[in-house]
Amino acid sequence: MAILIEPFLGNEFLVRALVAGILVSIACSIVGTFIVLRGLAFIGDALAHGVLPGIAGAILLGVPGMVGAAVGALAMIAGINLITRRSRLSSDTAIGLLFVAMLALGVVIVSRSTSFSGDLVGILFGQILGTSVEGLMVQAVATLVVAAVAIVCARPFLLLSFDTELADVAGFPARRYHAVMLGLVALTVIVSFQTVGTLLVFGMLLAPASAGALLAHRIGAMMAWGTVIGAVSTYAGLLLSYHLDLAAGASIVLVATGLFFAVFAVVNLRSRVAHPSALAGRAE
Amino acid sequence: MTAPSPTAAAALPGAGRPTSISARGLCVGYDGQEVVAGIDLVVPDRTSLALVGTNGSGKSTLLRTLVGLLAPVRGDLAVLGRPPGGAPTRIAYLGQFHASGFVLPLRAIDVVRMARFPNLGLLGRMTSADHDLVAAAMATMGVADVATAALRSLSGGQQQRVYLAQVLARRADLIVLDEPTAGLDAGGRERYLEAFTAELLRGATLVTATHDIAEAAEYDQVLLLARRVVALGPGRDVLTADRLLDTFGIVVRDRHAEHAGRFVVAERAHGQPQVVERVPPPD
Repeated sequence: MAILIEPFLGNEFLVRALVAGILVSIACSIVGTFIVLRGLAFIGDALAHGVLPGIAGAILLGVPGMVGAAVGALAMIAGINLITRRSRLSSDTAIGLLFVAMLALGVVIVSRSTSFSGDLVGILFGQILGTSVEGLMVQAVATLVVAAVAIVCARPFLLLSFDTELADVAGFPARRYHAVMLGLVALTVIVSFQTVGTLLVFGMLLAPASAGALLAHRIGAMMAWGTVIGAVSTYAGLLLSYHLDLAAGASIVLVATGLFFAVFAVVNLRSRVAHPSALAGRAE
Repeated sequence: MTAPSPTAAAALPGAGRPTSISARGLCVGYDGQEVVAGIDLVVPDRTSLALVGTNGSGKSTLLRTLVGLLAPVRGDLAVLGRPPGGAPTRIAYLGQFHASGFVLPLRAIDVVRMARFPNLGLLGRMTSADHDLVAAAMATMGVADVATAALRSLSGGQQQRVYLAQVLARRADLIVLDEPTAGLDAGGRERYLEAFTAELLRGATLVTATHDIAEAAEYDQVLLLARRVVALGPGRDVLTADRLLDTFGIVVRDRHAEHAGRFVVAERAHGQPQVVERVPPPD
């Protein structure tokens, strides 16, 4: 028992990290649910990487990283919109190209300064153990905003996930609520980069919500499962990193993805036992 | 356009009554590319219109224009007295393709409840009247017993019944359906016909795209489409062998069958190679 609790009793920074991780888990499972349901994983990934040059630029200019992240995310969304609307290329191609360009730009900016390499690792993989009280406050506010917007927009978001045309016909313009949804993804990525980093936040967006999708028959339940899985991953990941001296952010994401695959395996096994013949028909 | 000029509005059933749809010189299409031009159409309130044509004939394009998903390429169009899309609380639409019900963690009843969203807005609470509408619609379509089952666990035919229940629960003044019987079994078809006949009696206006010529013959007006307006008018005037030939490309004529008022339409462009239809004999 002692090894499960003790690290958190003696180390305030671990408690802050745990709270930060749980806040990230809540925001990520709300936003991640819609990313999974709407098949926006690629856009989420692109946003997560698109913020890198923004953060790097902000650090170079001495501006808070979060401001830079916001600028990077906005540029990414604008770029995606522009390319998909103006050209006949599929949005996959456009997003993929922007994604690489932003990543390269970020590294180029970072390479301007030799003292930057430590920061780069921090940006990409997060510094959850260095979470400050102010950082927690920002996290908490952002999580509240994400939750509030998700509650207000629950109906249009549900319609969008079900059938975008139905949303339009029902008087909830799909384009408007899609933009709101992208804004939530961006906000979550921006405030989570400090905790789990821009590369790893994607794992927190996808893994808990996907596991929730396998376990739940309702969207609210999917979010609840996602939050629980995210929180458990944070706790277990911090514990692992403490005892085994591993990178904290990466440990958390590793536990989260591990939990996803465990749930995936169990659910598959269970349905194989319950409906041995139904599997062929489910291959679509 | 070489298309025969469509029937004048004055000859329409219910002419002079308020209209749910009125189109003049309407051209529909995608991205400014026209699919069907020269549509002159009046659908009075509480009447029905069937769109008949092959896949790609413009049925869906016209329906999507009526509900505001596509902007008209040109021409005038008023739906429920407004520009299309202007009255979301009064319209119900069932398209042909449904997003992946397979991934979505939704129960059948959650899908039918969506029907009430336009009237409730963002935060309005479901009233007991809303819940009653949802329950009644599911009972009508015979899916009350699977209300709490996961949508993804239902068969294609059951899912289609759930979507039709959603349309019923809208309580719309204008109902627009795109091939609503696709995937329905005989029982589902029967419930569908009964339910939407009842919707007409309730006072709704019904616009349906269909491959089923026998069903179309029951509608107040039939619009035959083949990337142009082939004909528009009451079913018995419009659903003739010549016009169906124009619409579908192949009509197999059999003298004996024709004496009995039947002929066979083989739909070349449709996925099924031989759709055989019977049309009731003209009086």
